[in-house]
Formats: sequence, C-alpha cells, structure tokens
Amino acid sequence: MTEDKKDKKDIKATKPKGKRLKPKKPKIPRQPMPEQEPKERIHNFNEVPYGFSIETAMIEAARCIQCKKPVCIDGCPVEINIPAFLLAIKEGDFEKSIKIMKNDNALPAICGRVCPQEDQCEKLCVIGIKGKPVAIGRLERFIADWERKNMEISIPEIAPSTGKKVAVVGAGPAGLTVAGELARLGHDVTIFEALHKPGGVLIYGIPEFRLPKAIVMAEVDYVKKLGVKIVYNAVIGKYLTLDELFNEEGFHAIFIGVGAGLPYFMNIPGENLNGVYSANEYLTRANLMKAYDFPNYDTPIMRSKKVAVIGGGNVAMDSARTALRLGAESVTVVYRRSRKEMPARDEELDHAEEEGVIFKLLTNPTQINGDDDNWVKSMTVLNMKLGEPDSSGRRRPVPIEGSEWDLEVDTVIVAIGNGANPLLTEATPELNLNKWGNIIADDETCLTSMMGVYAGGDIVIGAATVILAMGAGKRAYRAMHKYLMTL
Amino acid sequence: MNQILEKKIISEGVKDITISSQHIARKRKAGQFIILRIDEYGERIPMTIVDSDPKAGTIRLIFQEVGKSTYSLGDLEVGDEILDLVGPLGKPTHIENFGTVVCVGGGIGVAPVYPIAAAMKEAGNEVISIIGSRDKDLLIMEQEMSEVSDRLLITTDDGSYGLHGFVTNALQNLIDEGVKIDLCVAIGPVVMMGAVSNLTKEFGIETVVSLNSIMVDGTGMCGCCRVTVGNKTQFVCVDGPEFDGHQVDFKELMMRQSAYLPQEKEAMDRYHKCKLERLAAQPGGK
Ligand SMILES: Cc1cc2nc3c(=O)[nH]c(=O)nc-3n(C[C@H](O)[C@H](O)[C@H](O)COP(=O)(O)OP(=O)(O)OC[C@H]3O[C@@H](n4cnc5c(N)ncnc54)[C@H](O)[C@@H]3O)c2cc1C
Ligand SMILES: Cc1cc2nc3c(=O)[nH]c(=O)nc-3n(C[C@H](O)[C@H](O)[C@H](O)COP(=O)(O)OP(=O)(O)OC[C@H]3O[C@@H](n4cnc5c(N)ncnc54)[C@H](O)[C@@H]3O)c2cc1C
Ligand code: SF4
Ligand code: SF4
Ligand code: FES
Repeated sequence: MTEDKKDKKDIKATKPKGKRLKPKKPKIPRQPMPEQEPKERIHNFNEVPYGFSIETAMIEAARCIQCKKPVCIDGCPVEINIPAFLLAIKEGDFEKSIKIMKNDNALPAICGRVCPQEDQCEKLCVIGIKGKPVAIGRLERFIADWERKNMEISIPEIAPSTGKKVAVVGAGPAGLTVAGELARLGHDVTIFEALHKPGGVLIYGIPEFRLPKAIVMAEVDYVKKLGVKIVYNAVIGKYLTLDELFNEEGFHAIFIGVGAGLPYFMNIPGENLNGVYSANEYLTRANLMKAYDFPNYDTPIMRSKKVAVIGGGNVAMDSARTALRLGAESVTVVYRRSRKEMPARDEELDHAEEEGVIFKLLTNPTQINGDDDNWVKSMTVLNMKLGEPDSSGRRRPVPIEGSEWDLEVDTVIVAIGNGANPLLTEATPELNLNKWGNIIADDETCLTSMMGVYAGGDIVIGAATVILAMGAGKRAYRAMHKYLMTL
Repeated sequence: MNQILEKKIISEGVKDITISSQHIARKRKAGQFIILRIDEYGERIPMTIVDSDPKAGTIRLIFQEVGKSTYSLGDLEVGDEILDLVGPLGKPTHIENFGTVVCVGGGIGVAPVYPIAAAMKEAGNEVISIIGSRDKDLLIMEQEMSEVSDRLLITTDDGSYGLHGFVTNALQNLIDEGVKIDLCVAIGPVVMMGAVSNLTKEFGIETVVSLNSIMVDGTGMCGCCRVTVGNKTQFVCVDGPEFDGHQVDFKELMMRQSAYLPQEKEAMDRYHKCKLERLAAQPGGK
C-alpha cells in the first residue's frame, strides 16, 4: 500500500510528456501469458495464447498505479478508460470492469487480441519506462472472455424508433461499429456485405489461431441483437448502387466501410505461375472457405512443401504461420528491409520465429521461376543493404549488385499490402477519391463528397488496424446521428 | 431463398436450372455471372447468367457436370435451395449496333454466348451464330440459338450433325464467303477461344472472348482469377470476364485452370463413393 502510494506520488510529480523523474522499477513483473507449445500448435489451428487466469489477471491489473494523468489513454484510438477498467479487475469486480470497457469499445475480445498494443496504449504506460508496461491488451482480452463465459450478454437500452433507415456497406469492424451504435439510437440499420459471412478481415484474413471465429461471430450476434439486419452476398455497386439505396430502397444515410481489399502484386516476372498466391487468396481459402479441412470442405488449397512469403507485416506472418499449419516443410519470409523495420507486431514475429519460420531479411525477389507446366520451382532474390532514410524515416533498402541467388520453393505468397478495391467507387463517380483510390472523408465527421454518405476504416486511410477502423466508426455514427435527426 | 424452380437435363451431363432471385433477375445484363455456394461446405463457383425473367424474379443457369461442385448442383432437385448466390458480377457485354456480329459457342460455351447473341440481335445487329460440339447428342440450345440468330451454323467434331469439323472451320467458311464481320464473340473451351482468336487476328476481325478462370470471391479481393491480357495482369471477375481475344495469354490461362487437378479428382472420387453408398443404403438399392 505504501509502495503503491509512493509510486503514485512519483508519477504525479512527473510530467507525462516532459522529462520524468526516475520511476521505481515495478515490483511485480509483467505476468506471462500461457501458450500452446510451438511444436504442438503448428499442427492445429487452435488459438495460441490461452489467456490469463483470474488470479494472474488480478495480479497484472494491480501493476497499474492508477496515474492521475493516465497517459495510456492517449495511446488508445477509442480512449478506453484504462485505469478504471484495470482497477475494477484488481478489485475483482469484473462486471463493473466490462461495463467500463464497453462504454468505449464494443469489441474488446477482438481488440484485446489483435490491437498493436505495444505501439499504442502500452507504449505510453509509465510502468514501461523502467520495466515492462502493464499488459493492458491482455487484460482487455481477459475481461471480454470473462464476460462471454460468465454473463448473459446484456443488451443495452435501445432508443425508440426514429423512423430513419441507414445502410452500412461492409460488415468489417468499421461497419459493425457504426451499425451497432446507430441501432442503439433507434435507427433502422441494414448492413450489406459482399461475402457470405460477416467480420471483414476478421473472418477472411486473420487466422483462427490468432482470433477464433467464434469470438467474431459472438460480436456480430451482439450487433444483430441490437436490431441490425445483415444482407449477405450483396456487392454494393453491382447488386445495388448507392443511388438505388437512397432512391429505391429508401435509406436516409449510408456508411461505407468496404476496407482495403485489393491485393498488390510485385509486378515481377513469373507472378502468374501456378503456386503464386496473394495473401488475400491464401488466407481466404484457408480461413473463410476452410480449405485446411479439405476434402470435408470443398475449397482446395495447394499442399505446399517449400513456401516463400514476401513481406514483413501481420499479413505476411499470418500467411507464413498458416502455411506451416497446412503442412509445409519449410516457410521462409523474404523481406527487403531489416527486422527493425518489419511492420508486424512483435508478438507475431516472435510466434512465427518460435514456430520455425525462417527469415531472409534484406532480401528482395526479382523474379519467380517456373517449370514447363507453369508451376513455381524457385524464386530469384537479391541481397539488399540499408541506405539513407526515405520519406517514411526508415532506411531505404538498396540492392547489392550481382548478389542474386535462387530460393527453391513450390509456393510463393505475396503479402506486400492491399489497396482500395475500386468496385464500389467505380460505380459511384460522385465520390471523391485520392490518388490511391481511397475515399476522401472528413477527419471528424467521416462525411464524403456525397450528401448523406459517410466512410471510414481502411477504405479511407488505407490498410491500417482494427481499432482505427472502429475509431472511425465512432466518429461517423455521431455525425450520422446528428445528420439523421435534422431530416 | 435461391430456390430451384425448374430443372431440365438438356444433354448428357448438362443441366438447365431456373432459380428464384428477384434482385439479380432485375439487375443482370448480358455477359454477367453469379457466384454460388451450394451449402456450408461448398466452394464458391462462377456461372454465367444465361437468361432472366425480371417479372417472375428468376434467373437461368446452364452447366456441365465436370467435378464435385457441378455434380452436387446437378443432384439438387426442384424445391431445393442454394445457400449463397452473389451477383450480378463482372462487366456487362458492350452491346451496340456493330453491323454483323458472329457469335461462336463451343460445347457448354453455347450457354454463355446465348444471352450475348440475343442482346446483339436486339440492338439491331445481323447475328450469325456458330455452335459446335463433339457430337450431335452433346449439342445444346440449337432451337434457342436459331431464334436469336439470322443465320445459325452447326459443327460437330465427328460429323454426326452439321458441318464435320470445328467451329473455326465454319468461321473460315464465312470469311471465305466474303461476309464482312464487324465483331466476333467467342466462348468455349480455352483451346477453342485461342483458335478462333488466332484466325480472326489474321483477318483483323475484332474478337471478344469470355474467360473462365478459377475464382474465389468474384469481387476483386483475392486475385485468384488473374490473367495476362496484352502483357498486363487483369482480374477476370472485375475487369472482365470479357477481353480482347487477340491480347489474351491463353496458354497461361489453361495452365492456371489446372492448378487444383489432384484435389479436384480427390473430391470427385469421394463424392462418387459417398453417392454410391447413399444409393446402396436406400430401400431397393443394391
Ligand atoms: C491478414 C491480416 C491480418 C491483420 N492483422 C491485424 C492485426 O493483428 N491487428 C490489427 O489491428 N489489424 C490487423 N489487420 C488490419 C485490419 O484487419 C483492418 O485494418 C481492418 O479490418 C479494417 O476494417 P474495415 O472495417 O475498414 O474493413 P474490412 O475489415 O476490410 O471489412 C470490409 C468489409 O466490406 C466488404 N465489402 C467490400 N466491398 C464491398 C461492397 N462493394 N459491397 C458490400 N460489401 C463490401 C468486405 O467483404 C468486408 O467484409 C490485418 C489485416 C489482414 C489482411
Ligand atoms: C465467369 C465464368 C462463367 C462460367 N459460366 C459457366 C457456365 O455458364 N456453365 C458452366 O458449366 N460452367 C461455367 N463456368 C465454369 C464453372 O465455374 C466450372 O466448371 C466449375 O467451377 C467447376 O467446378 P467443379 O467442382 O464441378 O469441378 P472441378 O473438378 O473442381 O473443376 C473442373 C475445372 O473447372 C475449373 N474450376 C474449378 N474450380 C473453379 C472455380 N472455383 N471457379 C472457376 N472455375 C473453376 C477448373 O478449370 C477445373 O479444372 C464459368 C466460369 C467462369 C469463370
Ligand atoms: S483498444 Fe487497443 S489501444 Fe485501446 S486499450 Fe485496448 S488494446 Fe489498447
Ligand atoms: S496503465 Fe500504465 S499509464 Fe495507464 S494508468 Fe496504469 S500505470 Fe498509468
Ligand atoms: S475471383 Fe478473387 S479477385 Fe477475381
């Protein structure tokens, strides 16, 4: 108790942004998360970390010193009241904790698992200055899992019907957030989703071993319980245009959350050989279509032995780890910069490494080579070195002349990023786009160049994160509610 | 939803089904397709919308049983429902009065060429159609094709009906006759589309082909359907399915179509085995 008080005082005296007094090294170490053994887990698709027990969660939550000026909140795009939800865990009042959480974040079970915490809330946590930061993300996951296990999902009060109809395009995190919030306010909300399942990247991209699909479905169920209708197999732009949604279907406002679903390729020779996949295709076959369970499920996927994955982000790690689980003997991640520049979360890199993924850093593919039947047999790569920093501040990789060598592989997965899918925007010339094809929307209101049409998430800011998509959803729903109430 | 209202067998292994789908029936245009998934375990497969009745809210598909998914589709009966139906997808055919349009359909390719021939006819074109198959029994839609064509030429590989030879022989004959062809639309097996494009290129006849690459989502999200057209990578589901036949890398397309042969065979063998077991278990079965 005295220790606690002293710590608190220390922190109080420090200015969050300016120079800090030396905080004490935290007494309780950050609690480890139990996980499936690497040897075992590469043979199954079950989730890797098991989650905190109640005891561990309470110990970890007690590491938070309840800062008067909780800087961690500044790092959270949806501004969760972090000290408050942690305090409630520490005190064992889990119901209270989840209530605090749900005030700001409707999808904690998802964010607790996939948020890049180390770059957001936990990066700023003062405990992290001297030791390891409070495990905010893991506690967020804990409290959400606790709720799912122990509580009837409670449906908040829903405002009386406003008689206003809202169409949401895309059932990813941005769309689900907008839909849920507007439904609570009494609007009649319908989501139109192109695929046969909801969740966006959460369902077709991020694999089961990182985000169990039952969790995504539980969150979607919650949104449905709020009264939101979902129409599947509805590709807006083809099935219905925005004009038709307004004029024929009688919607009063539209939110576009169609994500960044266009796979980029390298544009190197050999990219259309059999055995070359975009990460989107590979992951969609494996996750959405359940090709890992072929022939029980009809969708096939290649039975690769030697796989190369091009890229260094979460998508590349997900592809590499999926390939291992599908039985590949070796999986090599080929990335043109060094490990420090890899955009993937540390946890994902560590997990991939533990599982035996090989990293060829400072290496860039120049060509994919095929056999007579058009099948991949190797990939030619070039060694790189780091040169001067580029506009992003990262040191630019430059090729080392004459350093080509061949990596023997039968499968190549291209995971170098996704752009804006033009399907909807091509059908809607009234929408203003930037030069990359992203929809231009107001930062605060998410309003686009079309009256009554709002947009947010990856389609606006480019491939980013779940929590940023949700943050956009939050801003959009407030502006949309205001707009709807003026009609 | 997506209920099968009618089902006909129009030739060996070729089925013609009518499905209720209000929305797609109203929206679809010639040249567009749907993607369907039969049940929870199914894969997503593309099919051309052969015809639609916006009033009745129905669309018509004609398909050939070639593997697990198309056989299962063929085993569905009137009254059964298809779990997922997405569409209309792809860019519609560019329809205008070009003058004389030759529509070439080979094998099951007659089905997707039919709506295009009909639309071309309606736009005022003189439509000459060439349809071909291996033998007389495999020829489909002769009557319907003749209704939308000013002239209909038929070829069979074995000479059992019509001209003995390939559709390209009939096309060559037309060219030799001196018919001025303003546009050629060719749909069928990749080899056939390649052969037609080769021939028309020689005579400078603009040629449109409709490509049937393997697909997953059909919305431009996965890149599975990519083909090389004029040295550029294109996605068949959103940039096509129709492309300039003189620019398409047919060889690559054919190789890409065979990407899953071992798995397809495995799925098919398993399906046949299950079906035999099901039949045997039925009362009166052997
Ligand atoms: C493999 C992978 C791993 C990732 N890992 C992480 C991670 O660990 N942490 C993290 O924070 N972020 C991660 N991301 C990024 C994150 O998933 C996205 O930033 C986020 O999902 C964007 O949300 P969204 O709602 O904008 O779009 P999406 O999730 O992309 O959802 C868009 C939805 O709209 C639908 N749609 C598209 N076009 C149409 C149309 N015309 N009509 C109707 N519906 C349409 C799509 O089918 C989709 O369901 C990852 C992304 C990928 C691909
Ligand atoms: C735009 C388009 C329109 C089409 N229209 C018709 C039509 O009107 N009538 C018709 O009979 N067929 C049509 N097809 C082809 C049809 O989709 C395939 O025959 C079907 O997918 C085969 O599946 P299967 O499981 O029965 O056979 P499989 O044994 O799985 O495959 C047989 C062959 O079909 C192709 N194929 C397999 N899976 C797919 C897939 N997911 N997507 C596309 N092709 C695949 C491959 O080349 C494969 O070798 C069309 C294809 C496209 C792309
Ligand atoms: S939502 Fe993400 S950033 Fe916010 S507190 Fe949770 S883990 Fe941290
Ligand atoms: S989580 Fe860290 S920064 Fe936030 S209140 Fe607790 S100790 Fe302070
Ligand atoms: S089928 Fe996925 S992009 Fe065309």
